[in-house]
Amino acid sequence: MLLLAVLVLSVYVGEAQAGPDTPSILATMLKWTPLLAQGFALNIAMSFLAMAIGTVLGLALGLGLIALVRPVRATSWVITQFFRNAPWLVLLFYCVLLMPFEVRVGGTIIPLPGWAKSTAGLALPVMANVAELVRGAVQSIPAGQWEAAEALALTRLQTLRLVILPQCVKRMTPPWMNLYAIVVVGTPLASIVGVNEAMTLTGDVLSSEGRTELLVPMYLYLLTWFFVYCYPIARATVALERRFQVS
Amino acid sequence: MIDLTPFWDWFRDLYAATGIKLTIFYDAFDRARFINGFFTSVRLMALCIVASVVIGVLGAWVQRSQVWLLRATMAAYIQFFRNTPPLVQLYFFYFALGSYLRVTNDVGLAVPVVSSFTWAAICLSLYAGAFNVEIFRAGIEAVPNETVEAAEALGYSRLRAYIHVILPLAFRISLPALNNNLVNLVKTTTIAYAIAVPEMLYVANQIWSDELNVSEMMNVLLVIYVLLVGIVVYVMGRWERAMRIPGYMP
Repeated sequence: MLLLAVLVLSVYVGEAQAGPDTPSILATMLKWTPLLAQGFALNIAMSFLAMAIGTVLGLALGLGLIALVRPVRATSWVITQFFRNAPWLVLLFYCVLLMPFEVRVGGTIIPLPGWAKSTAGLALPVMANVAELVRGAVQSIPAGQWEAAEALALTRLQTLRLVILPQCVKRMTPPWMNLYAIVVVGTPLASIVGVNEAMTLTGDVLSSEGRTELLVPMYLYLLTWFFVYCYPIARATVALERRFQVS
Repeated sequence: MIDLTPFWDWFRDLYAATGIKLTIFYDAFDRARFINGFFTSVRLMALCIVASVVIGVLGAWVQRSQVWLLRATMAAYIQFFRNTPPLVQLYFFYFALGSYLRVTNDVGLAVPVVSSFTWAAICLSLYAGAFNVEIFRAGIEAVPNETVEAAEALGYSRLRAYIHVILPLAFRISLPALNNNLVNLVKTTTIAYAIAVPEMLYVANQIWSDELNVSEMMNVLLVIYVLLVGIVVYVMGRWERAMRIPGYMP
C-alpha cells in the first residue's frame, strides 16, 4: 500500500513537470481548490442523502421481500429486480426530466432543484440494493432464533424488531458500507444531468483556463479527491468484514 | 423482406388515438438510428464483458507472481480503479489522454487516433477488470491447497497448473460474484453517453430532442436495459447451474 502513496506523489511530480508556463500547474490547482472543494462537498451531501433515503426505503422494501403474504412478496420482488437491473444513469435521467421543478403542497411551493432530483434518482437503486441486503441478512439468521422467539410467544413483528433485525445489523454493515462507496463513486453521474458538482466544476475550470496541459493534472486531481475519500472506506469495510466474520 | 408497414402503422394509430408517441416504430429514420444505437450498445457491452474477463484472468495470474513489483503494480491498479468514479476515469481517458494522442490528417486538422467508442471500451474493460481480478483471486484462494500440491506433484508447471487445474475450479466459486459484476458492467456502459458514443441512451436523447417524447423514450430505454440485464443474468444462471455440484461447499 506504500506503493499507492508513492504513485500518488509521483503523479503530482509528473504534473508539475508537464509545463514550464508562468502560472505553474500546482499553483493553478491550488487556486481552484476551494471551488472544487465546494463541488465535492455537494457530492458528499448528495451521497449522504441518497444513502439515508435509500436505506430507510430499502428496509421497508426488504421487509416486504420476506413478507408472509404472497402478493406483497411478489410486488417487492418486482420492484427490487427492476431498480437493481436498471442503469443508474437512465434512472437519473428519468427522475431529473420527469419530476416537476417545483411541488405545490397546500399553500407552499417547494422547489426541487436539480441536485434534489438527482439525489432521489440515486436513492432508488440504493433502496433496491439495501432491500436485497436485508433479505440476505434475515435469511442467514439461523432458524433456531425464529423457533426460540416463537416459543417465547413473540409475534412476527416483535420477533423481527427484537430478535432478528438487531442480529442482522452486524451482518449488513460491511456490504452496506461497500454500497455507500459505490454511491459516492456514482454521484459524478449527476454532472451529466446538469448538477453543479465536482465533475461539472472541473470541466468549467478547464474551459476557463483554456490550457491543454492542465487536462491531465486536473482530472488526476479530481480522481485523487475521490480516491482519498473512498479508499479509507474500502479499508474499513475489509476490516469490519474480518471482525464480523460469521463462520 | 416481409413488409412490416402494417405493424409499424399500428404505432402511428396509437399516437393518433392516445398521444403515446413511439416514433422509433413508425418513423423509418428514428427506427434506423435507434436500432444502430441498440447494436452499438450491445457491441460495447459484449466487448467489455470479454475484455474484462480476460483482464481478470491475467490479473489474477499476475497477482500470484513471485515478483514484488508486479504484485504491487497490480494492487495499485485495482485500488485505483475501484475507488474512483468510472465517469471521471472515462473523462480522464478521453479528454486528458486523448489530447496527447492526436495526428494531423492530410487536410491539416488534428484528429484523435482513438475513437470515443474505443476509449469507452478500454476504460470500462479496465474498470470491470479490476473488480474481476479480486473476484478471481477469491475464487483461486478457495481452491484447496491439496489440489494445487497434487498438481505440482504430477509435474504441472505453475502456468499449466493455473490453466488446467486452478482456473476451472476457481470459476465455479467465483461465478455468483462474476455474475454480479457483469450486470454492473452492463449497467455502467451507459456512461459512454458522456463522451458521445452513439449508444442507446445517446440516440434516445437525440430522438426525444427531435420528437419531444421524453417519457415514452425513457420507458422504452428502461424496458430494454432491464431486458438486456435479464439476458445476462439468465445466461450466467444457466452456466452456474451447469457447473454446480450439489452439496459442495468450499
